Amino acid sequence: MKQYFHSVELDAELCCGCTNCLKRCPTEAIRIRGGKAHILSERCIDCGECIRICPHHAKRARSNSLDEIQQYKIKVAIPAPALFGQFNNLNDIDFVLTGLRALGFDYIYEVSRAAELVSEATRELIREDKLAKPIISSACPAIVRLIKIRFPELCGNVLPLLAPMEVAAKIARREIIKMTGIDDKEIGVFFITPCPAKVTEINNPNSTESSAVTGAIAISKIYPELTSKMDHLKVVEPIAKSGLIGVGWATSGGEAAAMLGDKYLAADGIENVIRVLEELEDEHIHGVDFIELNACSGGCVGGVLAVENPYVAQARIQNLRKYLPVSLNHLHDDQIDHMKWENELTFNAESFRLSDDIIEAMDMMEKMEEICKTLPGLDCGSCGAPTCRALAEDIVKGNAKETDCIHKLKAKIQSVYDQLGTL
Amino acid sequence: MSNIHLHYDVSGEDFTRAGEASGSVKKRLKALGYNTDAIRRVAIAMYEAEINMVIHADGGFVDVDIFPDHVDVLLSDHGPGIPDVEKAMQEGFSTAPDNVRNLGFGAGMGLPNIKKYTDDMRIETEIGKGTDVYLTVKVKDA
Repeated sequence: MKQYFHSVELDAELCCGCTNCLKRCPTEAIRIRGGKAHILSERCIDCGECIRICPHHAKRARSNSLDEIQQYKIKVAIPAPALFGQFNNLNDIDFVLTGLRALGFDYIYEVSRAAELVSEATRELIREDKLAKPIISSACPAIVRLIKIRFPELCGNVLPLLAPMEVAAKIARREIIKMTGIDDKEIGVFFITPCPAKVTEINNPNSTESSAVTGAIAISKIYPELTSKMDHLKVVEPIAKSGLIGVGWATSGGEAAAMLGDKYLAADGIENVIRVLEELEDEHIHGVDFIELNACSGGCVGGVLAVENPYVAQARIQNLRKYLPVSLNHLHDDQIDHMKWENELTFNAESFRLSDDIIEAMDMMEKMEEICKTLPGLDCGSCGAPTCRALAEDIVKGNAKETDCIHKLKAKIQSVYDQLGTL
Repeated sequence: MSNIHLHYDVSGEDFTRAGEASGSVKKRLKALGYNTDAIRRVAIAMYEAEINMVIHADGGFVDVDIFPDHVDVLLSDHGPGIPDVEKAMQEGFSTAPDNVRNLGFGAGMGLPNIKKYTDDMRIETEIGKGTDVYLTVKVKDA
C-alpha cells in the first residue's frame, strides 16, 4: 500500500515537545516521542487543529508555491469561495478573479460554480429518494475521513457526490481541452485553498482514483501578491459566474441552505461535529434530511490557511451574496453521472481497534483497564500521550512503558530512595 | 468464556449526564473492533434504558459484560417499579413528565425500541422496590 500522504507536517527544530497539539487533536493522533510531536498517520484527519494551536509554529501545512504553476502550459486557478471573504470592501468577485489572472493564471473556474452544481445534483438525488437519510455532506474532507475511521454505521449516509473542488477541476479541464485541443497533461489546475485537508484530499482522494486537481496553493501564501495585483488592476475582467448559492458554501450553513428545504442541520467546529456524529450514530437525531458538517468553526472561512478572522469573513460573504442572483450554474445532460463517486466510502477499522483478533483485543483491553487504575488520571500529557487511557493503550500495544508516566516514575524513585534509606 | 466486565453508576440527579455509560461502552466496543451492527444496537438500546433509569427511577447502576459473540447488559434501579409491563411495552405509551418531553424524550418509544434493537430483553420489576432490565445483543454473522 502506498504511504498515506498528510499535508500537516512538523518542523522538528521549532517543536519543543509541549503538549498543546497533543491535547487539542480531536482523534488523539499525536504523541510526543523523544521531545518531539509525532503524528499517528492512520488516525490523522488533517483537520489542521494542531497547526492552529501550535504557539511555536512548528506545525505547518504543505502546499504548492505560485512558481510551480509555471511547469504547465495552461495554468488554471480554481479558487475556494472562502477566498472572497478575505478582502475588505470587496463588492465584486471579479476584482479577485482578475487579480488571479494578473498572477499568471490563464483560466479561472470558481469552485462556487461547481458548488451550485453539487447542490442541484443533491436536490435531484433527494427528489428521486435514492439516498439513505439523513444525508451527510461530503464536502469537508476532514469530516469524510473522520467518518471513515470512526463512524462505521454512517459511511453509507455520506453524500456520494464529489466535492465542488473536484467537480470544478474536472469541468475546467474538459472546457479547456474542448477550446484548445491541448493535452490534458499540459494543464495544471491549482486549488486556492483555505484548508490543509483539501491538500491531503488531492493526494489521497477519498472517493476517486486520482484527483483532477494538480496542486493547492494556500490562501495565506498567495494573499500578499494577490492583494498587490488587485490594487493595480487597469481593467476588471468579467469572469465570475457564481450565484449566491455557490458563494454561500464558504460559510457554515451555506450548503445546507442550498437544499432549499427546512429539514437540515449545519454544525461547525470539530468538537461539535463529533457530538453530532455520535448522536446520529445512536439515532438521537430525528426529522433531519440533510446534515452539513464543517471541521472548522464558521465553515471553510475558518480554515487554518485563510488569513481573515472567520467571522469577519463570514460577514463579508453575506454582504457579497446580497448582489448576486440565486444560482448561475445548472446541470445539463448526464453531468450528474460525472459527479458521482467512483469508490464507495468504506469503513477503515484499523485506526482505532486494538487488534484484528477479538479475543486478543479483549485481552488487551482487560490489561488496559488494569493499567488505567494505576495511573493518576490527570490526563496531563507529560508522558507524551493525550490522556492516561491513551497511555494505557500505548503500553498495551508495546509503544510506551508505565514509567513514561512522570507521576509513576516519581513514586518509583521515591520507593527506591526509601529503600536505600533503610539500608 | 472470557469476558470484559464494566460497571457504571448512573446518577439520577443530573439529567444532562444520561448517556455517558452507553457512550463509554460504545467507545470500548469500537476499540475491540466489535461487529459494527452490534455496536449500534447496544448503544441505542442501552441509551434508551439509561434515559429511562434517569427519568423514572432516580438513577441506578449498569453492568455490562462483553463476550466475543454477544453483549449482556443489566440496568438496575431502585425506582417506583413498572405497574403494567405489557402496557409500558406498547409504542406511544409514556408516563414521562413534561419537562423531559420538551427535550424530545418520553414519546413512548423507549421500551419498544430497546426490544427492537436487542436479541433478548427481560424486565424484572417490583412496585416500590425497583426494576432490573436485562438485555442481550448477539453478533449476527454477516
